[in-house]
Amino acid sequence: MKYDTNWDVIVVGAGPAGIKAGEELAKRGLKTLVIDRKQEIGAPKRCGEGLSDRWIAISGLEVDPTWARQRINGAILISPKGKQVWIDTEKIGKGGGYIIERKMWEKFLAANAIRAGAKFMLKANVHDVIKEDEYVKGIKVNYMGDELELRSKIVVAADGVDSRIGRMAGLNTTLPLVEMDSGFQYEMAGVKLLDPNKMELYFGSEIAPRGYIWVFPKGKDVANVGVGINGAHDKTARYYLDKWIEENEERFKDASVIEINAGGIPVTSPVEEFVGNGIMLTGDAARMVNPIHGGGMGTALEAAGMLADVAKDAISSGDVSKEKLQRYQDIWMEKHGDEFRKILKVRHFFEKLNDDQLEAIADMVLKGGLTPDVLVDLGHGKGLTQIIKALIKASPSAAKFLMGFLKG
Amino acid sequence: MVATINKDKCMYCGACTSVCPFMALELRETSIHVYSDKCTDCGICVKACPVGAIKLIPGGGKE
Ligand SMILES: Cc1cc2nc3c(=O)[nH]c(=O)nc-3n(C[C@H](O)[C@H](O)[C@H](O)COP(=O)(O)OP(=O)(O)OC[C@H]3O[C@@H](n4cnc5c(N)ncnc54)[C@H](O)[C@@H]3O)c2cc1C
Ligand code: SF4
Ligand code: SF4
Repeated sequence: MKYDTNWDVIVVGAGPAGIKAGEELAKRGLKTLVIDRKQEIGAPKRCGEGLSDRWIAISGLEVDPTWARQRINGAILISPKGKQVWIDTEKIGKGGGYIIERKMWEKFLAANAIRAGAKFMLKANVHDVIKEDEYVKGIKVNYMGDELELRSKIVVAADGVDSRIGRMAGLNTTLPLVEMDSGFQYEMAGVKLLDPNKMELYFGSEIAPRGYIWVFPKGKDVANVGVGINGAHDKTARYYLDKWIEENEERFKDASVIEINAGGIPVTSPVEEFVGNGIMLTGDAARMVNPIHGGGMGTALEAAGMLADVAKDAISSGDVSKEKLQRYQDIWMEKHGDEFRKILKVRHFFEKLNDDQLEAIADMVLKGGLTPDVLVDLGHGKGLTQIIKALIKASPSAAKFLMGFLKG
Repeated sequence: MVATINKDKCMYCGACTSVCPFMALELRETSIHVYSDKCTDCGICVKACPVGAIKLIPGGGKE
């Protein structure tokens, strides 16, 4: 394939953030190239593949059995001692979603972007940005062994948690270790599932320190079985997953692995600067990841429209300065800034709870002291006060520790 | 000491490259390039790795 050397926008990274940005930019009449170092879009996945209906609507795709593997209508939360809290999210009006085949889904997304006019270049590793007069003016890329310099008015860094393009452009995007979850997953067949329509989430300091184990069904006996633990932990994510699978031998004795995945998940605030002169960050590269559960595909998709509006306006006016592009960050923060701050507070609270307190929360829900919708709302940063107050009632000895969170 | 990747274990997932404060690690999809001159022996990447594929070795290893 031959590629032009001049573009309006070059997007580095063809994950959900970059593909959708490519589509939205092209729709606004901008000549757009999306570059990825992989040789196949969507593979290997670094993902549990859970996607809610709300985000599927934003993706612009009709639900298709080619990628929508399993309907999900709720979750089962399992306490350290094994108590199960079943939540039918559809019944309580909190919606559902799918476990998707991400590789196929991303190819569907990319096809839409191409129909909108975007071009794609694969097996192309971007190893530097072109910087002139304090502006990013393009990228240096090795495309199947050929060194190319491609120029653009704006470079979009959608390069995932690595966020190296941003760092090359001079933005501070290094992820602190304690703000990253280290993730490891087996996709397995032959698994005994509690309910193929429910995601299973396991909590506990022995099970997954400051994280959780998930079982996301992809069919009646196929599932993504994974773990995320705090990055700063001494033992590896793989250690915790292998240990847990061994301890649950009964469910896995007929199962085996069909894919192995790993990855880092930013579980913190978004980066401080989304933009610089001639550069915009999106998706994981900007850490647009829900810090309570680590889901980042939806927010990555959603940012594309905001990014494209501002890029179009900047390019039309001939001004791609940081000041001009700043509106993109302002729009995003207006929509999610407050929500993300609250979600992070929920995360920090749960990181400090011990197993007895987690157990107490499960007991309260099971005995009717707390309604399950409160647990679902936590994922949106709501309901923390209610949980803290209920916990204080249940364990007065911890009142002082718990009160601290009410003030903070 | 320099970070050294055990490529038999490595998943090429990029968790280490994201947290290295010195940009000493570069994921090239089917390899991790270690810039030995940039590595300061801080050990952050070792903890980040989901599979324990990184060791700090005097002088660094091959990959
Ligand atoms: C174990 C695990 C489980 C997860 N589970 C879920 C889940 O169930 N639901 C959910 O919503 N999210 C989940 N996430 C998070 C989700 O995968 C990410 O938030 C999402 O992929 C972010 O999309 P993105 O487009 O920003 O980045 P990515 O999908 O990471 O895409 C970045 C792309 O950029 C390319 N790239 C990077 N650098 C360069 C370069 N220099 N040159 C060329 N190309 C480059 C990469 O090859 C990659 O294709 C999970 C993450 C992990 C690690
Ligand atoms: S030891 Fe520190 S400097 Fe060296 S590669 Fe690892 S994180 Fe980077
Ligand atoms: S974190 Fe570990 S598995 Fe992932 S790329 Fe680095 S060395 Fe390989």
